[in-house]
Amino acid sequence: MAQLFFGYFAGVIALTAVLVVALRNPVYSALALLVLFFHVAGLYVTLHAEFLAAVQLIVYAGAILVLYLFVVMLLNLKQDDRYHHQWRVAAFVCVPLLLEFLVLLAGNGVAPQPSPLTDEQTAAASDNTMAIGTTLFTTYLFPFEVASLILLVAMIGAIILAKRDIGEGGQP
Amino acid sequence: MTELGLRLAVSFTQIAAVTCIVIVTVLLLTLAERKVLGWMQDRMGPMEVGPYGILQPFADAIKLFFKEDIVPAGANKFLFTMAPILALIPALIGFAVIPWGPNQSLEIGSFTIKPFIISDINIGILYILAFASIGAYGIILGGWSSNSKYSLLGGLRSAAQVISYELNVGLSIVGVLIMAGSLSLVQITDAQSGWFWNWYVFAFPAPQIFALVVYVISAVAETNRVPFDLPEAESELVAGFFTEYSGLRFAFFYLAEYANMVLVSCVAAAMFLGGWNAPYPGTLIGYLGLPAFAWVENTMWFAVKTYSFLFLFFWLRATLPRLRYDQLMRFGWKVMLPIALANIVVTALAVFFHQQMK
Repeated sequence: MAQLFFGYFAGVIALTAVLVVALRNPVYSALALLVLFFHVAGLYVTLHAEFLAAVQLIVYAGAILVLYLFVVMLLNLKQDDRYHHQWRVAAFVCVPLLLEFLVLLAGNGVAPQPSPLTDEQTAAASDNTMAIGTTLFTTYLFPFEVASLILLVAMIGAIILAKRDIGEGGQP
Repeated sequence: MTELGLRLAVSFTQIAAVTCIVIVTVLLLTLAERKVLGWMQDRMGPMEVGPYGILQPFADAIKLFFKEDIVPAGANKFLFTMAPILALIPALIGFAVIPWGPNQSLEIGSFTIKPFIISDINIGILYILAFASIGAYGIILGGWSSNSKYSLLGGLRSAAQVISYELNVGLSIVGVLIMAGSLSLVQITDAQSGWFWNWYVFAFPAPQIFALVVYVISAVAETNRVPFDLPEAESELVAGFFTEYSGLRFAFFYLAEYANMVLVSCVAAAMFLGGWNAPYPGTLIGYLGLPAFAWVENTMWFAVKTYSFLFLFFWLRATLPRLRYDQLMRFGWKVMLPIALANIVVTALAVFFHQQMK
């Protein structure tokens, strides 16, 4: 049963990921990305990480992708071919990735069979929200703070860029 | 395999029952809204169909059902069809985790059924938030695919508004989550049993009154209701994102808006007002010696709380004029967001010191 679900989710993820870059209409690309996010959330649910699944939907599907759509519609990019001629860049990124993938596949031929969860682990899995919280604020406290600082810097940067535009427009 | 089949059958029955209740509530609401607005404005409201106009919702439904289905020229046919469905499904799917009555289970043969909730998942409230955020897609895509400038402007306004106010909805309930220590709506409601001062609006050590106010205002904005109905401002945008929609597709958008209202009211009742708990410990029917029928009283209390919020929606609509777009954004980001954040800090400190003192 679990294998069946994994196969379905993985298949749809791969298919929609290709569609995101292959479709010509940017709105359709965004929608393919939406389907992709849903299926990634589904994968999290099969792994008993419901909290991650919900956060995945709220943050990526609910906020970030809506902003993408917003921009696409505001600029009215119905058919834009500007980004369909970057084969060299794509190859430059993809060939190393493919090589890494092959090396990894050759490295360990048999994936380690996941051991069935012990009672302790199932208890932890049933309240994974608390588990994520405690790990974030104890083991990974420093990376967590650094990540929030980086986001803050990005936010301040965006505000300064936007404000500078208004200032120059106001006082030519 | 038979057990799986039986479970599926039970789940489908529950889903069908809940969907029926929601749709009937929506039908009632369309009539109630027009009647209440009428009375508040010293009018009669609909009076023609049936005695006192009580059959008006059926007349409306039949009219919408038989209207011609128009797709505007130059519209994106696929997305134009998808948009109402994308708006309606997230609105209905959220009801799966709402606890309608007491957290009791029925033993039938080898397995247990929880009759008053479809699925008690441990991230209940996040599930509702996740699907509420998907609801914005229906509005945006409906606006974009109509190939009309009014629809597009309505859709864009709605995108900005829904994202801004979703954040406030999410942050305003964090205080309750801190006090309950759980994301499951069943556990949150159970924790509020007893007298009404155990409800999280009034509860010690950190009453969530400000959170409730922020939640209600943001919920009104998120469901695109007056005074935050900028996406469909008639005087500026004809009818906003569903200008080009007619017939059944229009009915879907309409249904989605009302279902969303019911959903946010249910969440408000469950999170802040104790859900199905009566304002006194236990139930009156239980004291009368019929504890088997206590669920009737509990579900009625839930209905009363939900309908009070729904009445508030109508009341606001009859009272307040529409905000301007910049006022809406400034209010959301500069007033609501700081209040919600301050509430989280105060609640966290209060709960922490309360636990230390024990």
